Amino acid sequence: MSSFWLHPALILLLGGLLLPAIPARLKKGYLLLIPVLAFLRTRAMAHGTFGQVQVLEWTLVFGRVDALSAVFGYIMSLMCVLGTLYGLHVKANGEHAAAWTYVAASLGVIYAGDWLTLFLFWELMALSSVFLVWYRRGPAALAAGYRYLLVHTAGGVALLAGIILHTRGAGATLAFNAFDVSHPTLAGYLILAGFVLNAAVPPLHAWLPDAYGEATFNGSVFLCAFTTKTAVYALCRGFPGMHLLVPLGVAMALYGVVYAVLENDCRRLLAYHIISQVGYMVAGVGLGTDMAINGACAHAFAHILYKGLLFMGCGSVLHMTGESKFTELGGLYKKMPWTFFFTLIGGLSISAFPLFSGFVSKSMIIQAGFEQHLLWAGFLLNLASVGTFLHTGLKVPYFIWFGKNHCKPATWERAGEPPWNMNLAMALTSCLCIFIGCYTPYLYGKLPHPVDYHPYTSYHVSETLQILLFTAVGFFLLIKKLEPEATISLDMDWFYRKGGRAFLWLAKRPIQWADTGVGELYRLAGLVPLMWSARSTGRFDDRVIDGAVDGLAHSVRGLGRRLRGLQRGQVQQSLVVTFAVLAGLVVVYLLVS
Amino acid sequence: MRLLKFIEFLRARLRTVVWLGVGVLLGLVVLDALPGVVVKEHAHTWVERHVPGFWAVFGFVGCVVLIILSKAFGHLGIMTREDYYDE
Repeated sequence: MSSFWLHPALILLLGGLLLPAIPARLKKGYLLLIPVLAFLRTRAMAHGTFGQVQVLEWTLVFGRVDALSAVFGYIMSLMCVLGTLYGLHVKANGEHAAAWTYVAASLGVIYAGDWLTLFLFWELMALSSVFLVWYRRGPAALAAGYRYLLVHTAGGVALLAGIILHTRGAGATLAFNAFDVSHPTLAGYLILAGFVLNAAVPPLHAWLPDAYGEATFNGSVFLCAFTTKTAVYALCRGFPGMHLLVPLGVAMALYGVVYAVLENDCRRLLAYHIISQVGYMVAGVGLGTDMAINGACAHAFAHILYKGLLFMGCGSVLHMTGESKFTELGGLYKKMPWTFFFTLIGGLSISAFPLFSGFVSKSMIIQAGFEQHLLWAGFLLNLASVGTFLHTGLKVPYFIWFGKNHCKPATWERAGEPPWNMNLAMALTSCLCIFIGCYTPYLYGKLPHPVDYHPYTSYHVSETLQILLFTAVGFFLLIKKLEPEATISLDMDWFYRKGGRAFLWLAKRPIQWADTGVGELYRLAGLVPLMWSARSTGRFDDRVIDGAVDGLAHSVRGLGRRLRGLQRGQVQQSLVVTFAVLAGLVVVYLLVS
Repeated sequence: MRLLKFIEFLRARLRTVVWLGVGVLLGLVVLDALPGVVVKEHAHTWVERHVPGFWAVFGFVGCVVLIILSKAFGHLGIMTREDYYDE
């Protein structure tokens, strides 16, 4: 190593390892201390290249700190503090350690200066985050976790294949820098496929609502912040200005909105809105101008906070009532008014209301689209904003805290405000959402390019308020159409969930039959003739060869026995007999003649 | 529990709240229509500059279209029973 440089990820990884050794009375303090230390470390890091390690002929770079990585590192380590505070009362050490490892892996990707380091941390993200799903326990979470892991493994393989293709050959380097987006190569497309899978770009997105809807109440708060936004960072770094990303981003912004209309589970609805919001960022990366990249980074920053806040609100409902479906909730403002209030702030922030965080970030991307004369992109992204307010600003708060009370008596009995740490985390995150919306230099000062953008113009405020408030009119007029229905929505995961079953069916039926058929054929056409020929050969061997050999042996034995008689001194007897016979014959001859 | 009292205060006067809301909506469109109040020189297209309340119409129509088309899409077979994958 060139010189000692403390990676903030190391603090979280070591902190997680030591967690089981911490006495119970110090646990809560320790749980807060470690993420705060990691956050302070990211704030204290100077820009430059650090943590270079020589492995064989490769130079690994663990610490590339520049304007782009700094803004993502800052918000991710800050979210780690808020997320840990939210789940402070969770007793399972493993869950805290998994969350910290997940954040550490995200920070590892953010500060990675080479492809190999990026890939290692990229895989660690998937491996650690799956535990946030599995800790929910139960067969549904277990299955969702496995699906999540398998999909990410497929993405990881595409990424690795791209990296291998990209870094082989003369002149290729391991450094993780921007691709030449005007001449994309196969390697570039494979790496892009790995990135967009983690960014949940349709059709590679279904893992997100599947896993985030099944994760633990606090696990989803972490999950919603890191995987997709790390992918946005990687796209900002690797593919700025890749025009393909503009239509993909716009499509995902609308796709998430459409599915959110259909969704009955509040956390899955929020998950679909992650897809929608990340769509703005992906489109921003595709636009590629300084303002668009600034917009993508600013929106990722704001999104991590308000989406974390929304998942905290719905997670509180799940934690306190055990339910997350609209058809099992309703009228909870009497029991959980503060949770409603904080969730509403998250809803207003994501909807980009003036004075809330989304207002100062989302509009940069839309403005960049209009400035490049991509009117269709600008208008469609504004249409997605309509959908965002419709669901997260109106549908979620209305059908959980107001509307018809669908709560079972037990659910109603259980409902109440969450523990102090969850409320505090929501309050702090709410304050940050409003602070970012009101004091723009806080966010704009951290962006990678100089900012020449003023969100608070009379036109922008008027435009936004008209869009959002008239969306509310549409919502209340069509509220009957939006009444929750106890259904699930089929999505792209249908292909691998049903496809997996088709594979199992194939394995159990046709492949098993084929296997049995080949076995039978082998038995009939191979084994039976073989046995017959073996038996015939045995018989031939037994009767012909053995007969001949045995007969010969028998003759030899008889001859031997006779010869043995000669050898045993019985010759004299034979001679006596011979001479006696001869003498008898001579006597007979003499008498006759 | 002051927050709860405030929510119940508003709910008890729902009609007033609705009329206030309608007033805000009308006010927004009127302000947009009055020349010189909202500076439209940076507007991107002709309709934004010359149609008062364009974005209000956009928001309302967009909302209605999204709800109706999404629900129609959902009822094509995308929305299905909850135990669909359990069998």
